[in-house]
Amino acid sequence: MATKPKRPAKQADAKPALQKSTTSKKATKSDEPAGLSRDEDLKAYREMLLIRRFEEKAGQMYGMGLIGGFCHLYIGQEAVVVGLLGAARQGDQIVTGYRDHGHMLACGMDPKGVMAELTGRSGGYSKGKGGSMHMFSVEKCFYGGHGIVAAQVPIGTGLAFSNKYRGNDHVSLTFFGDGAANQGQVYESFNMAELWSLPVIYVIENNQYAMGTSVARASAQTNLSKRGVSFNIPGEQVDGMDVRAVRAAALKAMEWCRAGKGPYILEMMTYRYRGHSMSDPAKYRAKEEVNKMRQEHDPIEQVRHRLLDAGMSEDELKDIDKDIRAIINEAAEFAQQSPEPDPAELWTDVLAKEDHAAVGA
Amino acid sequence: MATNILMPALSPTMEEGTLAKWMIKEGDEVRSGDVIAEIETDKATMEVEAVDEGKVAKIVIPAGTENVKVNTVIAVLAGEGESTTDVQAPKAPTATAPKTGPGQGEATSRESGEKTKAEPETPRIEVKGDPDIPAGTEFVSQTVREALRDAMAEEMRRDASVFVMGVEVAQYQGAYKVTQGLLEEFGATRVVDTPITEHGFAGLGVGAAFAGLRPIVEFMTFNFAMQAMDQIINSAAKTRYMSGGQMGAPIVFRGPNGPAARVAAQHSQDYSSWYAHIPGLTVIAPYSAADAKGLLKAAIRDPNPVIFLENEILYGKSFDVPKLDDYVLPIGKARVLKEGTDVTLVSHSHGLTYCLDAAAKLEADGINAEIIDLRTIRPLDIDTIIASVKKTNRLVTVEETWPVCGIGAEIAAQVQAKAFDWLDAPILRVTQKDVPMPYAANLEKLTLPSADEVVEAVKAVCYRQGV
Ligand SMILES: Cc1ncc(C[n+]2csc(CCOP(=O)(O)OP(=O)(O)O)c2C)c(N)n1
Ligand SMILES: [Mg+2]
Repeated sequence: MATKPKRPAKQADAKPALQKSTTSKKATKSDEPAGLSRDEDLKAYREMLLIRRFEEKAGQMYGMGLIGGFCHLYIGQEAVVVGLLGAARQGDQIVTGYRDHGHMLACGMDPKGVMAELTGRSGGYSKGKGGSMHMFSVEKCFYGGHGIVAAQVPIGTGLAFSNKYRGNDHVSLTFFGDGAANQGQVYESFNMAELWSLPVIYVIENNQYAMGTSVARASAQTNLSKRGVSFNIPGEQVDGMDVRAVRAAALKAMEWCRAGKGPYILEMMTYRYRGHSMSDPAKYRAKEEVNKMRQEHDPIEQVRHRLLDAGMSEDELKDIDKDIRAIINEAAEFAQQSPEPDPAELWTDVLAKEDHAAVGA
Repeated sequence: MATNILMPALSPTMEEGTLAKWMIKEGDEVRSGDVIAEIETDKATMEVEAVDEGKVAKIVIPAGTENVKVNTVIAVLAGEGESTTDVQAPKAPTATAPKTGPGQGEATSRESGEKTKAEPETPRIEVKGDPDIPAGTEFVSQTVREALRDAMAEEMRRDASVFVMGVEVAQYQGAYKVTQGLLEEFGATRVVDTPITEHGFAGLGVGAAFAGLRPIVEFMTFNFAMQAMDQIINSAAKTRYMSGGQMGAPIVFRGPNGPAARVAAQHSQDYSSWYAHIPGLTVIAPYSAADAKGLLKAAIRDPNPVIFLENEILYGKSFDVPKLDDYVLPIGKARVLKEGTDVTLVSHSHGLTYCLDAAAKLEADGINAEIIDLRTIRPLDIDTIIASVKKTNRLVTVEETWPVCGIGAEIAAQVQAKAFDWLDAPILRVTQKDVPMPYAANLEKLTLPSADEVVEAVKAVCYRQGV
């Protein structure tokens, strides 16, 4: 296979080069977000495509019975996590719910380890004990993978508390859904975060539905970026299908947090193409609604067009796709070859037995 | 290289489905993400998206074909540079899919409530008739899911103050389809979709009950009731006592409880002993559809807060349900499912499946087990257990709860105090292993109780090990 000189040689399992917030461009008016350089666009393209192809593969493997239980795909929402992490620095923490595969890949976690966790094998990030919803990586500052709606919100706030406590300038990126935004613990967290000026960005991934319930059917205030108003937490709505807009907003929020001004809310307007989990027929929304989103707002297509406009050839983009497919196929292969956990693993890890280093110290 | 497109499983337990419609034809170019076909199971129609790209070389299974087995090749894509006519018709499917789950027939049906065709086998053990059902009564075969729905519908027709509330109970017809049809019959005032705010709506339900309404609060699963624990215990359970009997909360908290299939530690747990610990609560955990119906109706009428623990894996299982206009069972009465002479097995809910399987195996070894279905966990029908132990002199408890401070622990304490002289062997417990639920298929299986473990425990108390 011919290699193209312009394509970055980076493998997907390497940590994405993290951006310094000092290089931040000012966010401009909402409809024309600060442009990304071609290299930045290319990087975002690869990362989003990696997530898309990973999720498609996971869906296929679920269909083959290789993955069990709940499996929530992130297809359609790729720009949110890629844009956010494109603005993050090494040491910033990430925590999210059960729709977590994209977050892990964007953190630079190895697709092989993630896929092997989905198949419940010993080579998975949790040795097969956690599954799709529960993976963690101390190395990549990824704090899970949580199955109880909104439980990650106070946890993310606690990660921010630890940053303030230690006097470092890390920021906690706490992701949750539009449905989760109605849980009481979110507001308990908002109050403490503002009261104590904790460096946390609350990223509300508003994909418009919580299982079969649309935002309007569950929320008295449907503009979720305003949910921090009574706590004096600034918030804004962002086009979560446009990775440039996401990144610009993220840089702004990061600056705010790192300057010691406390929490920030980013409501990412996004969309999930697939059902809530693998067996949701998604009868609660019109097919046209889904098709319109895919055809007119697809986050990957947007970047693809920009790259073509900037002079990249279809062939160059095809090569990237090939590359990514190779990474995913390797991950899928690994996830099937990796052995099931040893039966003795049933009894391990319930309690810490040895001296263990404090996480994130 | 040509790529085979396989018939996908849409839930871990789906084995076959109907290929309803092709959205592509031979010669079409497909890109990943394109919808290529529609597949029907008995509950839902699902779209299948392409993962691989290429030109459609062959449609192997025509639209309209029924009973297409999972992992059958349904179409073939030609690889890049390959002409579609080069592609050979496929051989047998290559993918082998380990069908895993806790070993029951209907494994977890997922949040969509999609029901699969694979019903658990009927136990080979003859189950004794329920003495509460009058002789000559006609029976209909119903799933536990249907029986629960009918119980709610009947009580809602009977009493206008009964309403149902919870996440996805109305428009979505229930995450596990237990509230199917209720919105249509009773309207949005009485079948209420809530935001995902368990602590809030459980407390709201308690307040409504204080004011004289009769709420049925559905938790999508009892795992999420932990969010609402304070309102359930501090507000619902204790108010009658704290108010000197002036007021209380006639409320039912219901939903699936206990291990489901492959959903890992936060979604797979039996809470029966948690609630059984609390004075002021009534805790019911039925096994059969008839008990589910008769006891849910009783729970809705009960003036006290009732925790009604259902089981996802039993939802799709069919039982005979008496055809009576108003079938209400007494709360607090266990039932002897099978009479026996050599050992007493006590269990509840899905735990009974292990007991029934074990009893069949034991019978082959000449051991005749008596099986007691607790049905209600609090108040515990200790008299029925004692009467049985006085007959068999041996007791094994079976539950999907953890062992420490579990239901078996409580039963053992009471039995040794009340029937010490009748016991010929120590009381043994078969439980879930004392670890959080793992995801991996092999570990999950090891974690759960099994019929073999029950057999082993019975042989131990009968001093027949190695036999
Ligand atoms: C406390 C709690 N209640 C209910 C559930 C079941 N549940 C899982 S995901 C979900 C919908 C959440 O929607 P949203 O927050 O919008 O996130 P999305 O799935 O759209 O990413 C529900 C109700 C749960 N896991 N936890
Ligand atoms: Mg949502």
